[in-house]
Amino acid sequence: MALLEIRNVTRRFGSYTAVDDVSISVEAGEFFTLLGPSGCGKTTLLRMIAGFDLPDSGQILLDGKDMVGTPPEKRPVHTVFQTYALFPHMTVTDNIAFPLKMAGKSPQEIEVRVRDALDDVRLSNFANRFPHELSGGQKQRVALARGLVNRPRLLLLDEPLGALDAKLREQMQIELINLQKEIGVTFVFVTHAQDEALALSHRIAVMNRGNVEQVDEPSKIYGFPQNRFVADFIGKISMIEARVVEAAPSHLKLDIGELGKITAAGKEGVKPGDKGVVAIRPEQVRISHPSDGAQLKNYFLGNVHDFLYIGDVTTYIVELSNGAHIEALLPNSAPGRATFFEVGDQVGVSWRHDAGIFLHD
Amino acid sequence: MTKMGRARTAKFLVAGPPLLFLIVFFLLPSLIMVLTSFRFPGEFGGLAPIAAPGESAHAEHGFTLEAYQFFFSDILYGEIFLKSFGVAAATTLICLIMAYPLALLIARSKKHLRNLMVLLVVLPFASNFLIRIYAWMIILGPESALSHFINAALGLLGIAPVTLLFSPFAVLVGMVYVHLPFMILPLYTNLEKHDPSLLDAAQDLGATGWQRFWRVTWPLSLPGVFSGSALVFIPVLGMFAVPDILGGTGDILIGNLIKDQFLGTRDWPFGSVLSIMLTLAVLGVAGLATWLARPATGQRAA
Amino acid sequence: MQHGTRWLWSAAILAYAFLYIPLAIVVMYSFNDSKLNAEWVGFTLFWYKALLNNKEMLMAARNSLIIALSASFSATLLGTMAGLAIHRYKLRVLPVLVFTPVAMPEILLGVSLLLFFLQVLNLTLGMVSIIIAHTTFCIGFVAIIVRARLQGMDESIFEAARDLGASPLQTFRLITLPLIMPAVVAGALMSFTLSIDDFVITFFTKGVGEPILPIQIYTMIKVAVTPEVNAISTLLMLLTLVMIIIAARLEARNTKAPGGEPGK
Repeated sequence: MALLEIRNVTRRFGSYTAVDDVSISVEAGEFFTLLGPSGCGKTTLLRMIAGFDLPDSGQILLDGKDMVGTPPEKRPVHTVFQTYALFPHMTVTDNIAFPLKMAGKSPQEIEVRVRDALDDVRLSNFANRFPHELSGGQKQRVALARGLVNRPRLLLLDEPLGALDAKLREQMQIELINLQKEIGVTFVFVTHAQDEALALSHRIAVMNRGNVEQVDEPSKIYGFPQNRFVADFIGKISMIEARVVEAAPSHLKLDIGELGKITAAGKEGVKPGDKGVVAIRPEQVRISHPSDGAQLKNYFLGNVHDFLYIGDVTTYIVELSNGAHIEALLPNSAPGRATFFEVGDQVGVSWRHDAGIFLHD
Repeated sequence: MTKMGRARTAKFLVAGPPLLFLIVFFLLPSLIMVLTSFRFPGEFGGLAPIAAPGESAHAEHGFTLEAYQFFFSDILYGEIFLKSFGVAAATTLICLIMAYPLALLIARSKKHLRNLMVLLVVLPFASNFLIRIYAWMIILGPESALSHFINAALGLLGIAPVTLLFSPFAVLVGMVYVHLPFMILPLYTNLEKHDPSLLDAAQDLGATGWQRFWRVTWPLSLPGVFSGSALVFIPVLGMFAVPDILGGTGDILIGNLIKDQFLGTRDWPFGSVLSIMLTLAVLGVAGLATWLARPATGQRAA
Repeated sequence: MQHGTRWLWSAAILAYAFLYIPLAIVVMYSFNDSKLNAEWVGFTLFWYKALLNNKEMLMAARNSLIIALSASFSATLLGTMAGLAIHRYKLRVLPVLVFTPVAMPEILLGVSLLLFFLQVLNLTLGMVSIIIAHTTFCIGFVAIIVRARLQGMDESIFEAARDLGASPLQTFRLITLPLIMPAVVAGALMSFTLSIDDFVITFFTKGVGEPILPIQIYTMIKVAVTPEVNAISTLLMLLTLVMIIIAARLEARNTKAPGGEPGK
């Protein structure tokens, strides 16, 4: 039985549907992420799990029991808020001790557990500081310790890393993964940053406009997006209009208009005549000099339209003969040299026979 | 109890007592005042009963528009209202001119200096307002240094000596003195929020000091100007202590008139009519100020 | 620094001088050995001694103190509740009733309460009527201060308390109350000061009974001006100054362990 089960939950605000008949299950010990753009309903869903909002219909089951109707203070669920929400008039120690006090633990037990919690987040030297004396990263860790000290069944995290700068974010991401593994509490993490979701999660639920688009492991979300939204939202991707000519379990043959025909990965539920797009990740597209000839199965000639240099890699945007643009990623392995190709150069782009993913319209 | 029911009980418990108190001691008295304006004055002051009294059958009772008719019948009352508006307008203007430089300076000063300066503005305000009026009694009194000085100067020009005290001039000075902090604070609050880089940009584009003020600072400060003006204009309209202490017999304003009706001649219905007229005037001014202070179209409120 | 600052400074100094010189004169003449507030004769404490022997003045001071303490207590209690309610719930009637007495001329409130007490409640005007009147107009000030404090705080703190196991009552006791306490105290001090100083509303609701301090001062100003008025004025100013210093100290202490976002 799944630890947390969300069954057909809907929440409307007037004529606006924030969460539309969503069903998700989260296993014990998982790092589960709700990922999506602003307004997709992920925060509303989180608040309903915490108990600060009531679904209009549906059930939210924890360990098999429906929590809807139970007030937040009675749920074995804790939240790490976006603004950390540390109590400003209490020290770090008192903040972390708070849930234990509410649970009626003895002072001795509280002292031990708070000390251990401070150790876990490496803030033992800050026990008597006040929140306004802490940096952003430190406040973050206090909020985490406070949420975990009681060993809740579920810890909810609402975009906790949003306010941190890039370097600190990376550090905290690693700390989060380790903490979750060590303590074993189930995390439900909300974010709009897809790279963060891919790095941290065991499984991701991609949400859009109140609906769940796909629930899968990070590698499957990235490698096998099930629709255009997921493909576009996660990472970079190129899309070309295509029509199915042949459909077999192992491969597809697609007609992409003027350019001719290409092969793509096999997919269920696809039949000849279906219309859609073929999506290819930039790192799957090899870019080469025309004189080198065809490198991989699907090969086309084009001209460099633009490029984006970001230090370790350069993304080239190549315009094909029919006007379509395709992105190709090239690692900058020659130190010091910015790019191999200039704007206007004629180049060849190619990708494996099964690198393209067909997505219905 | 359901979660919803518990939340509602909490709401009643917290909002209930103040609501009840204010309904009884603010709303109800206001309604009573409206009602009173429609009644007859009693023989010995106060009010005539609503129900017909047993013996004195010739005594008036019930409801009437008599008090209102009385108000509109004599031009005198309209004149006093007009005079009060005039004094309020003059006071507001003078306060604005005096307060603006100070507010501007405070807004542009460094943070810790700012708090001190604001405190120095608030301190005199915190003293009893009778004291503040009394101080001007001393300064403008016939025996004071200022009076001697001015009359000596006038004497040199061949003009007869004037009494500064118990005059419209004294009333105006008193009004300005009492209400100046009310203009300084809203102005300062507004000016403090101005983005200094706007002035830099204006200067960069060729604007002189005066132009920078007139075209950047002044327009942006208008909401503060209107708030401060309302905070001065409205209390001045209803003030009676300043004319009472610093003014002469001809300097009475609406407030003095109202005070007389309730504590002097005891014509309560008429006093209520005057109060209602004053309330309408205040509502009008407040409404105007709110409308003028609204954020410019196309902008969101700060 | 821009070039305009020089004349700004002179205009500002003039404004400050305008604000303070009259008060300084009042204080100065309270020590003047002369019945007239005309010229300086010599230093004396005569007028202060006269005050202490003025039975009516002492009664007035005592009454004003009692009124200020009572009104401040009830206004703080009701005003804090009002501030909390207005901040948390979407109310339509309460905000109007709370904030209007603050904005409108005091004479209107004084007059309507006079009518109400005499006509409806048949209450003899005295200490009780004054306390009720003062409470009514002080509630708004307390509510404004408490609400401002609440608006400056991170809302999620209260949710966090519930989230971590605190019932609504516990949340109020352990989180809300300590955090709004500075505002509550500021409101209490403000109400006390407003009540002690109030003239207009007291004028209408006091009846003919006990003496009240501001009314005493008024009578003295109108009837027989002696520097005793200066003396009592100076003492009152001193009292207000002390209140403000206490309030400022409390504010500074609370900035050490603040309830709001830094910089607010």
